[in-house]
Amino acid sequence: MPHKLISRALVYGVLLLAACFFLAPLYVMLATSFKDAEQIRSGNLLSLPHSLNFEAWTLAWSSACTGTDCRGLKPFFWNSVIMVVPAVLVSTLWGAMNGYVLSLWKFRGSEVMFGCMLFGVFMPFQVVLLPMSQVLGWLGISSSIGGLIVVHCLAGLAGTTLFFRNYYASIPKELVNAARIDGAGFWRIFFRIVVPMSTPIVMVTLIWQFTNIWNDFLFGVAFSGADSKPITVGLNNMVNTSSSVKSYNVDMAAAVIAGLPTMLVYVLAGQYFVKGLTAGAVKG
Amino acid sequence: MAASLHIAGIRKVFGKPDKAVEVLKRIDIDVAPGEFLILVGPSGCGKSTLLNIIAGLEEPSEGEITIGGRNVVGVPPAQRDIAMVFQSYALYPTMSVAENIGFALEMRKVPKAQRDRRIAEVAAMLQIDHLLERRPAQLSGGQRQRVAMGRALARQPQLFLFDEPLSNLDAKLRVEMRAEIKRLHSLSGITSVYVTHDQIEAMTLGSRIAVMKDGVLQQLGTPDDIYRRPANTYVATFIGSPTMNLIAGSADAGGDRHAFVIEGGVLPLRCPSPAAGTLLGLRPEHLALADQSGWRGEVTLVEPTGADTFVVVQTAAGRVTVRSAPDSTARVGDQVGLQAQAEHANWFEGGSGVRLSC
Repeated sequence: MPHKLISRALVYGVLLLAACFFLAPLYVMLATSFKDAEQIRSGNLLSLPHSLNFEAWTLAWSSACTGTDCRGLKPFFWNSVIMVVPAVLVSTLWGAMNGYVLSLWKFRGSEVMFGCMLFGVFMPFQVVLLPMSQVLGWLGISSSIGGLIVVHCLAGLAGTTLFFRNYYASIPKELVNAARIDGAGFWRIFFRIVVPMSTPIVMVTLIWQFTNIWNDFLFGVAFSGADSKPITVGLNNMVNTSSSVKSYNVDMAAAVIAGLPTMLVYVLAGQYFVKGLTAGAVKG
Repeated sequence: MAASLHIAGIRKVFGKPDKAVEVLKRIDIDVAPGEFLILVGPSGCGKSTLLNIIAGLEEPSEGEITIGGRNVVGVPPAQRDIAMVFQSYALYPTMSVAENIGFALEMRKVPKAQRDRRIAEVAAMLQIDHLLERRPAQLSGGQRQRVAMGRALARQPQLFLFDEPLSNLDAKLRVEMRAEIKRLHSLSGITSVYVTHDQIEAMTLGSRIAVMKDGVLQQLGTPDDIYRRPANTYVATFIGSPTMNLIAGSADAGGDRHAFVIEGGVLPLRCPSPAAGTLLGLRPEHLALADQSGWRGEVTLVEPTGADTFVVVQTAAGRVTVRSAPDSTARVGDQVGLQAQAEHANWFEGGSGVRLSC
């Protein structure tokens, strides 16, 4: 059956092409990061490095200079970690509680409230930059990691609420009624019955929020101070302010370091992401 | 243990004042301790709403609910000392069967040892001891139903509420669980209220039946009352399968109250009303095929069910169903005579459908 064979080959060909297209930049970044300056100058962009040279990586991590500050990406990386972990956890838990109320404890006006929150999902965040900086100023947490955590929690809340509300909408109301008759209250029902049913959507939300917050540049550049810049801002500054010759190997290593955590999260938890997005009704 | 239940003047109105829908229109029912009350009616008749009001999941717009002498309107469901079995079972999917059964006890801070003992007792009673470690998703429909019953039984409440608990089961299991519920009720003696739209369940389980329609209580009585002396044509046709035959006619205008004149014949029955359109209600088992009878018609359908054969006869006064022996020789197209058993005749007013006493 040559006809079938040709169509097969075509499908694989297209897939292979797409894979190359998306993987090529990663390859160039990794390959370049292991080359020394000499090889970069003389060689081809796509050529393999002559040897595995980790010098650029150590430089990028701990001693590359941004202006006069030569501490590498390390301080920015930790800033991001300190910012991401609480922001992701708080926005996920908060979204879960919102979704719980909006789908299982509906009240007069709760649908309108949900509609307003949905608006937040589509709102361009540039709109809130100025008012947000005002608010952070009043709260006394501008230019701090604490301020960034607050901003990310608020900005992510619309999305996390949407995720949880839609997931919880498939939980039958009878389950809540049964628990009420059994003697469980609002919080007991949430933590003992609803949260244990939420694993797939929690994974989706954690990955989603982690990626968004880790990769954020806008809030990072707008609301951070000298000691609280997240890694995206640190990377940008490092790459853009090199005073002398461009050291592409260091830049590439730095970029890979900045992107590594999100890649790791996908590799480790990606299966839950797909499962969670496709999980429909909660059977039981 | 068993408590009385007193439902007094319950009204429930949904929606805004300008376009309100009255789902329950002043319902009054008294349930004695240990009784098994059935709420039956078509979907949308308000029976489930009434059950939710008893449970405290919804508040009535007006009226009182008293459980064991205590007015519970405004009291949260958990403090009404009730247990409920839901149509979808509503088992907690992330908990084991044992945890499901013990959850209400745990919420009431019953010590673990005592809880485990009670779980074991209930599991033995329902023959689900071997399933205690499983999750609800690993159970069959019938097993889930048993767990749902176990969860309700565990706490030994004052009042059991059932919301169409058997409607998700296949026919064979339904019969089995129906007997099981009856057994458990006689064992525990706990006052129960059971919502169903299935008249067989209503007849077999109930010590009393409340037939509802459009938010109005049509009749409240023992299964025997409801079946033999229906309060109106709605109850008469809702309960019983095949349904009760209704034949319109009137007493002889000449003053002979011992003749009921219908289209195409005169029946030798004592009719209480000379009004035209008075309805005679006769169950299929109270009619017989009789060759020599003057009331005649043509057989249009013969339905053998095994134990009985139902013969549908088209008469001038309408179509009637007759229960006959399985060896009946009636064939479609036969001309047959019909005979009614006078002592089982029911009479209803033509317009309102209300029962006429004789």
